[in-house]
Amino acid sequence: MPGVVFIEPGGGRHAVAAPVGVTLMEAARQHGVEGILAQCGGAGACATCHVYVDPAWFDRLPPAEELETGMLETAWEPRANSRLSCQVTLTADLDGLTVTVPARQR
Amino acid sequence: MTTMVIIGGGQAGSQAIDTLRREGFAGRLVLIGEEPWLPYQRPPLSKKYLAGEFALERLPFRHRAFYDEHRVELRLGRRAERLEAAERRVTLDDGEIIAYDRLLLCLGAEPRRLACPGAQLSGVHALRSIADVERIRPDLRPGARLVVVGGGYIGLETAATARQMGCEVTVLETADRLMNRVVAPETSAYFAAEHGRHGISIVCGARVERFEGSARVDGVVCAGGERHPADAVIVGVGALPVTRLAQDAGLACDNGITVDEYCATSDPAIFAAGDCANHPSPHYGVRVRLESVDNAFEQAKAAALNMLDRRTVHDRVPWFWSDQFDNKLLICGLSQGHDRRVLRGEPAGRAFSVCYLRNGELIALEAVNHGKDYMAARKLILGRLRPDLGRLADPGIELRDL
Repeated sequence: MPGVVFIEPGGGRHAVAAPVGVTLMEAARQHGVEGILAQCGGAGACATCHVYVDPAWFDRLPPAEELETGMLETAWEPRANSRLSCQVTLTADLDGLTVTVPARQR
Repeated sequence: MTTMVIIGGGQAGSQAIDTLRREGFAGRLVLIGEEPWLPYQRPPLSKKYLAGEFALERLPFRHRAFYDEHRVELRLGRRAERLEAAERRVTLDDGEIIAYDRLLLCLGAEPRRLACPGAQLSGVHALRSIADVERIRPDLRPGARLVVVGGGYIGLETAATARQMGCEVTVLETADRLMNRVVAPETSAYFAAEHGRHGISIVCGARVERFEGSARVDGVVCAGGERHPADAVIVGVGALPVTRLAQDAGLACDNGITVDEYCATSDPAIFAAGDCANHPSPHYGVRVRLESVDNAFEQAKAAALNMLDRRTVHDRVPWFWSDQFDNKLLICGLSQGHDRRVLRGEPAGRAFSVCYLRNGELIALEAVNHGKDYMAARKLILGRLRPDLGRLADPGIELRDL
């Protein structure tokens, strides 16, 4: 199972392991990572699972589709390395991925 | 030690647990849920979970370890039979009595049933829970004729999923257009065309009179006599708030359990949140009962803070979404009482929005395949924007720049 590290809004590191095929958001939510609200459960309808991807990893993720890009533009403090964690599916080669949870989701 | 008890293991109950513990509640915390599962997400039930594309293990919000770690006593598969408000205690179906200091009712809603003849026949389903889906799925074989009664969110999402599973699908709607209570005619027409394009037969103005069949349903007859052959039926005609426990305990109820802006019921030790709660909306100045993930989430969070004596008003601009085929319908705000509607973009372009105004103020927006308008509108509605109508109608101008 790939291991992923979430840097929580308070600065704490929350390391979780999750099976290949689930999304980054699901991995966070099932383990109660702070600051990932994920209200719509991955439908791409709320932008409350926004994360900043470690720049070393950003280009290794499949690019965002149009709906996600549009929603990220109006998320809270978007950056060039912003993603909706519900749109990133875990694969074996994402083992070690590190993302930072913003201070707020809106 | 203080005891907090939550009845209802859905979105609201799950969120309340989260908030109580994150905000430092260290006392006894008990969650009572009628279903045997850990609190789980319902939206996938009419979509990927029904289609078999989403495993059961992915439905729960949290792993069991989360509840252990946060010392949550789970009473799953158990029903709260009696609430004695004066004694501050709840009796479960197996006789266990749990005393509480503060109680949160997240009882949810249950599908409205049709009272017409044949509604009890085998093969006539409602869709609300995992158990419902387990009953429905075997009926959705390729080529099976499915009649969906009700052209609202649940009916249309289910119709789209069943069609993708290879069923022959007919949707019967009593009104003259789809989702008539929640979207504009332009949006209804767009979705009717989308369903038609995928081979679904949409019949509006169809009032179901009876279900036919000996043991199992084999047809649906509408007023006027038209008969639609059916191997299975899914009824999605709205939901009713679950209030029996509250009513029997003497709590004020009126289309749901009546709560104030602090989520408190008529008993100050008892709170309610989610689909079951009828609450004031300060932003809109009306009382509402909302069946939505967002409201369950936010109201439960506010309720949990109030249970901890951290006075928090529940005042949100609600939002809703629906996935049908590859279309995403995103709605924010409440359009009731609007006096003007403005279309942004062209439905033929497959991405457009409908803005609703009242006395010049933007009060709601529905976006079809347009996440950007939807996200911008959430902020503008909250800020009570009074947009220039000409600019609002110009899809070339970004909504957030208004």
